[in-house]
Order: sequence, then structure tokens, then C-alpha cells
Amino acid sequence: MSDQMSSPTVAPGGLADPEARRALVAGFEAAPGASKPDPILEVDAIVRQFGGMTAVDVQHLEVQRGLITALIGPNGAGKTTFFNLITGFDRPTSAGAGAHWAFDGQKLDKTSASSVARAGMVRTFQLTKALSAMTVIENMMLGAQNQAGENLVKSIFRGTWRKQEQEIEAKADELLQRFKLYEKKHDYAGSLSGGQRKLLEMARALMSDPKMIMLDEPMAGVNPALTQSLLGHIQSLRDEGMTVLFVEHDMHVVRHISDWVAVMAEGRLVAEGPADSVMSDPAVIDAYLGAHHDTDLGDDALLSDQTMDELAEEVAVEDAEREAEEEAEGLR
Amino acid sequence: MDDIQFILNGMMREALSPQTAAVAIAVIGLNIHFGFTGLINIGQSAFMLLGAYGFAISIWHGLPMVVGLLFGFGAAFVFALVLGAPTLKLRGDYLAIVTISAAEIIRYVGRSALLTDFTGSAQGIPGSQFRDPFTNLSFFGGGQFTLLPFNYTDVADGAAWLRIIGWVLVVAVIVLVVQRLRKGHAFAGIGQAALMLGLIVVGLFLLFFLFPVPNQRTGVNGWWVRFIAWGLVLVCTLLVYLLVRSPWGRLLRGIREDEDAIRSLGKNVFAIKMQALIIGGLFGALGGMVYVLPASVQPDSMGRSLTFFCYTALLLGGAATIFGPVLGAIIFFAARIGIKYTSAAYVPDSIMNGQQTEQFSYIVVGVALMLIVIFRPQGILGNKRELRFNV
Amino acid sequence: MVRGAAGLILALLLAPLLALIPTGAAHAVDTLCLPGPEAACIAGTIRTEDGPLADVTLTVTDEAGTEQEVTTGETGKWNLQLDQEGPYVVKIDTDSLPDDVVVTEDEVTVKATFGATRPALFEVRTESYSAETSKFDELVQSTVNGIRLGLLLALASVGLSLIYGTTGLSNFAHAEQVTLGGLLGYFFVNQQGLSLVVGGVLVVIVCAFTGWFQDRVLWQPLRRRGLGLIQMMIVTIGLSLALQYVFQYAVGARTVRVEQANPEVSTFGPVTITNQSIVAMAISVVVLALVGYALLRTRVGRATRAVSDNPALAAASGIDTDRVIRLVWTVAMGLAGLSGLLYALVTNGIKWDSGMQILLLLFAAVTLGGLGTAFGALLGSLIIGLVVELSPVLGMPGDFKYATAMLILILLLLVRPQGLLGKPQRVG
Repeated sequence: MSDQMSSPTVAPGGLADPEARRALVAGFEAAPGASKPDPILEVDAIVRQFGGMTAVDVQHLEVQRGLITALIGPNGAGKTTFFNLITGFDRPTSAGAGAHWAFDGQKLDKTSASSVARAGMVRTFQLTKALSAMTVIENMMLGAQNQAGENLVKSIFRGTWRKQEQEIEAKADELLQRFKLYEKKHDYAGSLSGGQRKLLEMARALMSDPKMIMLDEPMAGVNPALTQSLLGHIQSLRDEGMTVLFVEHDMHVVRHISDWVAVMAEGRLVAEGPADSVMSDPAVIDAYLGAHHDTDLGDDALLSDQTMDELAEEVAVEDAEREAEEEAEGLR
Repeated sequence: MDDIQFILNGMMREALSPQTAAVAIAVIGLNIHFGFTGLINIGQSAFMLLGAYGFAISIWHGLPMVVGLLFGFGAAFVFALVLGAPTLKLRGDYLAIVTISAAEIIRYVGRSALLTDFTGSAQGIPGSQFRDPFTNLSFFGGGQFTLLPFNYTDVADGAAWLRIIGWVLVVAVIVLVVQRLRKGHAFAGIGQAALMLGLIVVGLFLLFFLFPVPNQRTGVNGWWVRFIAWGLVLVCTLLVYLLVRSPWGRLLRGIREDEDAIRSLGKNVFAIKMQALIIGGLFGALGGMVYVLPASVQPDSMGRSLTFFCYTALLLGGAATIFGPVLGAIIFFAARIGIKYTSAAYVPDSIMNGQQTEQFSYIVVGVALMLIVIFRPQGILGNKRELRFNV
Repeated sequence: MVRGAAGLILALLLAPLLALIPTGAAHAVDTLCLPGPEAACIAGTIRTEDGPLADVTLTVTDEAGTEQEVTTGETGKWNLQLDQEGPYVVKIDTDSLPDDVVVTEDEVTVKATFGATRPALFEVRTESYSAETSKFDELVQSTVNGIRLGLLLALASVGLSLIYGTTGLSNFAHAEQVTLGGLLGYFFVNQQGLSLVVGGVLVVIVCAFTGWFQDRVLWQPLRRRGLGLIQMMIVTIGLSLALQYVFQYAVGARTVRVEQANPEVSTFGPVTITNQSIVAMAISVVVLALVGYALLRTRVGRATRAVSDNPALAAASGIDTDRVIRLVWTVAMGLAGLSGLLYALVTNGIKWDSGMQILLLLFAAVTLGGLGTAFGALLGSLIIGLVVELSPVLGMPGDFKYATAMLILILLLLVRPQGLLGKPQRVG
């Protein structure tokens, strides 16, 4: 924990300066459910039970605007379920019994997944949902909001949407160039590599000009060569003023880019704090003991060549796991 | 040669039949459901039956034809709303089960003796009760004529060589058309479109030359019904083309592939699916009205089998394509008659009697449906990469 | 004994033109009256609960008062061709009825229309028949019938549900297996003269074999090819269509019976039931109990349920899913065959599309209970059976009894989409 300046001010127009971020974060209380000076997302009493098992039980969480917040925790901690709940893809068991969450001042208690996205909170998925039978550019253009041509009646008359369509395409081209996918513009999304799909999904989410982007394991299944560039993209989004919340179980990634870390275990929020100190929290060590990520939690080594290799290895293992999972999905 | 000519003539008659056009329209609707949006509607026949009932009952009871059309479409609209509301938020199977069940309910209700004054119960409503306002619109006049004023019989007394040359040409034109359609972009640019239209017209002329199909100008089975039916097919095809090339159509395809992804992008998936269900259902209703025009409203002839035929036609032509439904419907009905007549002509009665050729043709249809889905799910015109229709 | 409608024996509308195929060949019609653009027909059948009545005279009077007479034929049927539209009064000549027969209302008015046959319905019954059966007795009788139908449906739907559970496939061809069971029964017992027991065992064995065979040559290879579930479902639709017409090809469109003799009837208080029905119900209960026991207590059963729950997990924990699925297909088809055989016995015959009629009830039952849960299917079947048989007693018009079952399904989906015993599924 830091003992430097502790004035809870928010820098206007993005927090590109690392010093300013550190200063801001230093003012937060490093405890689960800590209050933040300018929360974009506030969550209260969200409980989800499957059968008799409680998958998620988060009493209070605030996500600070303009920062990269990581949501970590061992396997089965309920991170993805929590994501599903606040993005409207699942309903809390506690719905109507105290569950409240608000995004940017707007209540989301009963809204559907699509209205959550329209409110400016766009998510990606752990198993990438790039639409593989559509081309990259079609994928991108689906992301744009308020399209006149998506109205059934107007759709027949090209004149009503032609101009907007061109604007959307120009915007998509720009994003594709930024994410280095422009050459693949007319390829089927299905022909992209795993990492490229993650990039595409992220770019597609950005088409809607979200205020906050929620990434569900953005690094899973990504070829190590692309990891760096993905991380770079996430950071530059933050630097432009966007709020990022992401789920990850890779500690190296978390340490590398996140400004604030929330830790979940067995459905509960067990700790919060800045990336470099939260790992030493006894509750976190407790949570991870026995789980397969108990290695070098306190290690200060940044992303060196050696860790990159380790990353690659882990990624390969996770890739294999995921493939097996995907196959299982297909079987069902 | 005469046997062959007879079979081919039969196939041509069936291919041109207004009922084929009617099914083509219903399949166009089903294509919006199943092909583009991935909705498994196994009750398209109910949309057809409702359209037909709305149309026929209104006219039967003395209402003007426009009102009949409105009632037909209105019934299909309400039906789509009622079916969609509970199921479109659930997994795809539920829509399948609910649509097939609801289709049966409609049929049971339609054939109920309690409603004899409205639906004519199982007997149905004979065409003579509702056809007149439609036939009266005809500007074709009476009498009978063959569509082309000249044909092989007056060119070379119907010599075999002439017909063979004709067939070769027809096959060549068809292959060319299908190939161009398969490449997609067949109608991109005015030059391309003109070429395609030209080819299709030439092909049609050749066909009419080879298989003269004499018919009344107006009346039950006349050119008037054919003219309107196929005109509607053209209009519907154009409408679907306009719909699916738009961002709305893009949304449909997105939903077909992954609803959750589309939902995460802030689109109201439920509303879009409902729109698709309704639009496709309205096409179904229109198909139903055309279907009963040259015949009668028979609840039992518009049951599950008809839906299954629609699926076969759709998958044969190619789901999620513009021309697939029309091509599929034509080939489906022509081929079925071809099989029936061929087996009647060449298989001895001791093995297969007259009744059984009919059943045999349906057995072939069923087996064909299985084989298409297994070995060529994209059909004739479809794009294999686009069409891996999994939920 | 007429199923379901225990109270009333209606003079039924002439066998409707079963125009199943739009371009179909001419169908055999029992009447000589063919409605045309200038001809209207009225027709009917005079029958009591014991059978049709021949030589009954009816008088048909038009608006002008002109009278015409018709007499019923051997089958109790009569018809009359009219060249004028309008209301006609049909009066039954009570003197021509046998002495012990009474008619509740001897006059009906029919509106004749050109191009259609209109039915004239009379309620005719023997004096010994108590028309005043109490509502309660009717309820009891219908409940028994409902349970009987429910048990037969359960035999087939448990298999349908297990197949869905283990493979995710909605098998539309399941109903054809039911028909196959009935038709094989007709072939073995009626045609080949085997005894019912031997024939029945043979039916189940053959049907189970077809299940094994189907999975061997069709479904397993398709699963290996990675064919999508929707595609597989359409394959089952194609198979169902092909099989239906194979049946029609083989036996025609008529109803065939497994046993030629009329079944014997037993009476327990208000309930009248054929002995065959009692045996069928007993067999169903025993077989269903065995299946339930196997699912809950045996290794194979537990493996099946594990595959149903989570195929990947089951495979990972060393269960040979392919073998389980093969077994499920075999058993499911055997059960469906048995169901078809019993159905044919209980309802006095089976037709090429009987299965298709039941299929919707099966799907309703399976969905009602919860897709993929075997016990849900059992519960759903009993509910559907009861609804179908009880709805006419409770005031639903008899024509709508199947419709009522479907309606209940649709309403249930609105409030509880996962079915009665299904678990809500996890999304995302």
C-alpha cells in the first residue's frame, strides 16, 4: 500500500498518466466492497444459486470510471457467472430481493442483455462469439448502434440507410486497421486464428462506442505473440478514457496492466486492492492455495522473456482444455 | 419416346402449376424463418391454412376480396405473435415443438364438425364458393390456349432429333443459370442482371416450345391463376432480396449463428426474431391463399406433410439463398411427378400398382430429404461455408 | 366399446374424404352422392352403441314442403343428393327403428350447400343403455381411459426423452416406430397366425433391433461426422416421411387390426374396459417400473443418466457414451414398438399414420415433463393422457380433445419453459 498523496481526484478526460492513476488508486480503501470516488458501475447483493450451490454472492462492488479493473479468482470462483449476471445474460436468484446494480447512474435491475449493451456496457465472451459464418466486416458492422437499416420497414428502402451504412463501414475500417485485421476484412470470421477472433470481438464491441468494456478472459487461447498487442490495445482504450473490467486468471497479465484488482473466491468478493499489493493479501493467498495458480504470486518479475515462455506454455495447456470444452459443448 | 414425352409433359405441367408457385411462396417465407434466422418453424402449413381460411371464409360469407386478404394475413399475424411470444426466448427446439403442435390444433379445429358453417369441417370449402371474385379480375378472356403459339409439333412434326436438340439446349441453359446463381452476385450490375434475365427467358421459351402446356385462359386451372401465382413469386423473391441485403438481413444471419453475441451488441433479438417469424408467416399465408385458389380449402391437405414438403424444397434449392426456394419448389414437384409417372410407366402393376406409385414418390421424397441434409446441406444454390446451421 | 365419449353415441358424419394428399388419387367413398357445383348432399349414419342400424327410414322435407325418403344401408349409412340449396328438415321414422331403440330427438335441420356434404346427426341408443350415466361415472370411466392412454404414451415417450437426453436429438421418426410396432403385430398375429404372446415378443425384439440398426448405420455415423442437431432433426423428419409412406405402400391407407376377434369386456362398477386394456395397462406398468428401476439402480442406468446430464463429463469419467447411446436407441425403439402393439390392441387397430397422430402427444408429454428427463416424460404422458380423455367430459367439444392437450403444453411453456421436472438451464 502506498503512503503518497491520497486526494481522491479524478483526472479529466482519461487517465493516461500512470502517476495520476497510482495516486488515484492510492486513495481507495483496499478492502472488498470499498467505495470509489467516481464509480461507473455499482453492484449490490447479487446472489446466484444453481440447485443448492451458491455460485455468486457479491454484496457490494464498485468499479471506478476510467481505470482497468481486473476481476480475478481461482477456477470456479464465479467470475463468468458474475459477468453474465450484470450483463443481463442471467438473472440473479436474489432478483427482487435486494439485488441492485446500476451503470453510470442508470438502474439495471430488470433490464435485458441488449439494453445493458445499449446503456454503454458491452461485453465479450470467454469462448469467443465471433460469428464465423459471416465476414469480418459484417461482424464489425453488426456492432454499430441505432442503425436505420435494422428497422424492418426502412430496410427495404436502401436510400434510408445507405449513407449511414457507409459511415459505419468507414468506422469499422478504422477499427480494423487499428486492430490489424484490415487485410482480413472480407474473410469469414471462422478462418481467423483464436487471437484474431478475440481482437475482432473486442473491435466489434467498440463499434457501439461503449463507456465500459467487459472482457471475459481476453487472453485465453491467444497465441503469445498476440498477447502483447492485445494488452497494448486494452491499455490504450483506458488511456482514451474508457473503463475496462476484465476477468482473467493469469496473474502476469493482471499485474501487467490492471490498475485495480478485485478478487473472487467461491462466489464471494474476498479482496480488493492495487495489483502489486493485493496478491499478498492473506485472503487471496488462501483463495488460491491448492488451485493451480498458486505459483509466484508475490514475484515482482515483469513480463520478461522467461515469463513470456511460461505464458506460452500455460496458454497452450489452456488451449487444449478449452478445445476439449468446446468439443463437449458441441456434443450436447 | 412417347412415354418420355408424356412424363416430361407431366413434369412441366406440375412445375408450372399454380400450386407449385403457392408452395414456392410459402417456402420463401420458411426461408426467412429457417434459412436466414434459424427459426425452426415446423408449422408453415398452419400459416398457409390460416391464410386460406381467412381468405376463403370471408369471400364465402359475402365479404369483398380485399377484406378476405386482410383476414388471411391478420390470422397469420396473430398466429405468429401467439406462437412467438412464449417460445422465441427459449431454445430452438421449443419453437419446433410448439409450431408443429399449433399447426395440428389449427387443423383439428378447422375440421371440427362444430364449425361446419365456417370451415366446412373436414370437407373443406370448395373453390367455387370463393374463387369468383378472383377469376372476375382476369383480363385474359375465356377459351383455351397453349402459351407459345408454335411448338415442336408444328415445326418438324415432332421429330425426335428436334426434341433432342431442344433438350440439350435447355439443359445447357439451366446449367449455365444455376452456375451463375451459385457464384452469387449473379444480379450485381445491370449487365449481369440483363444477361441472367435473358438466359432465364430463353430457357423458359425453350421449355414451352418443348412441352406445350395447353390450358384455359381463365378459370380454375387457367393461365390467369398461373400468371398471378408466378407473378407473386417474383414479387416475393424481390422483397426477400431487398430485406436480406439490408442491415436487417445481416441481423437475421447474425441471430442464426449466435443469438447471445447479437444480444451482447445491444440488439433486441426477441423483437427481430418476432419480426422474422411474422414476415415469414405472412408469406406463408399468401402461399396458402394461392394454394387454394385453383382447388379447395382442405384442412387435411394442408397438414404436416405440406410443411415437410416445404422443408424438402427449401433444402433442395438451398436455404438462405434468394432463388433457392423457387428453384427447390419447382424441382421438388416436377421430380415427384416424374418419379410417379416413370414408375407407373415402367414398373409392372404386379410390383407397384397405381396407388403405390404415389406412395413410392413420397418415399423417395423422404429419403431425398435425408440425403440432401447429410450430403449436401447447402442444397443446389447454397454456400456451404455459410450454411452450417447449428443452434 | 367406443373410446372416450361414454355417454353419447352419435350418428357420425360420413367418413370424411381423407384427402391427405393434394394431388392424391381418388379415394374410396362410401356414398353415392357426390357434391358438385349444382348438387348438394346431406348424409349420416344411424348407429347405436351396439352397431349400425339398417333399413331405417328418414324423411327429408325442403322449405316448400316437398318430402323425400331415404333408407339406411347395411352399414347404417344414408345420403341424399339435392339440387336446391337451403334448409332441409330431416326426420327419422321411429316406426322403422327396432323396438328396443329410441332416439332422443327425431328431427334435425340441415343447411344444404352446393359442392358440400352436410351431416345430419341423430342420437340413437338402445333402451337398455342408460343415457343418464352420472357425471361422476363418466369421470371415472374417462379417468381410467386417460390413465390407459397415458401409460401407452409413457412407454414411447420415455424412450423419446432418453434419446433427447443422451443425444440432444428430437426424433420425429419416433412415432413411426410406434406404428411399426402395431403393424408388425398385425403381420405376426393376424397374418401369420402366431399367438399374441409370441407375436408380441417378436414385435419388441424386431423393433429393438431396428433401433440398434438405426443407430449403427445412421445416427452414430452422423454423430461422428459432426452433423448439427438441427440437421439431424431434419433427417429424422425425412425418415419419418419415408417410413410413413413405406407403411402405406405395404398395407394401404386402411386400419388394420392385430386380432380379428372382438375383445371381451369386463365391468367394474362404473368402469367398462376390455380385458386387453387391462393386460396392456399391467404390461405398461411393469415395463415402466423395470425401466425406472434400471435407470435408478443399475450401473447401465446410472451411466445413462450421467450421459444425459453431461455427455462430456460422462465420457471423461470413463463411460463409453457411444455404447450407452446405442443401448438407449435399442431400448427406446423396443419400448416404442411395444407401445404401438398395445395401442393397436387397445384402440382396435392401427393405420399408417397412427403414430404421427400420437407423435404430437408424445412431444407434448416429453416437453411438459421436461425435455430429456425420463421421469418427467412419464409424468407428462399421464397428464396428457388424462387431459385428452377428460376434456370431453369436462365440456370441451370432442373434436378438440387433442387440441386441448397441445394448448396446455403451450400455456405451460409460458410459465415454466423447462417443463415440470426439468431443471432451469445455465446460460452463457
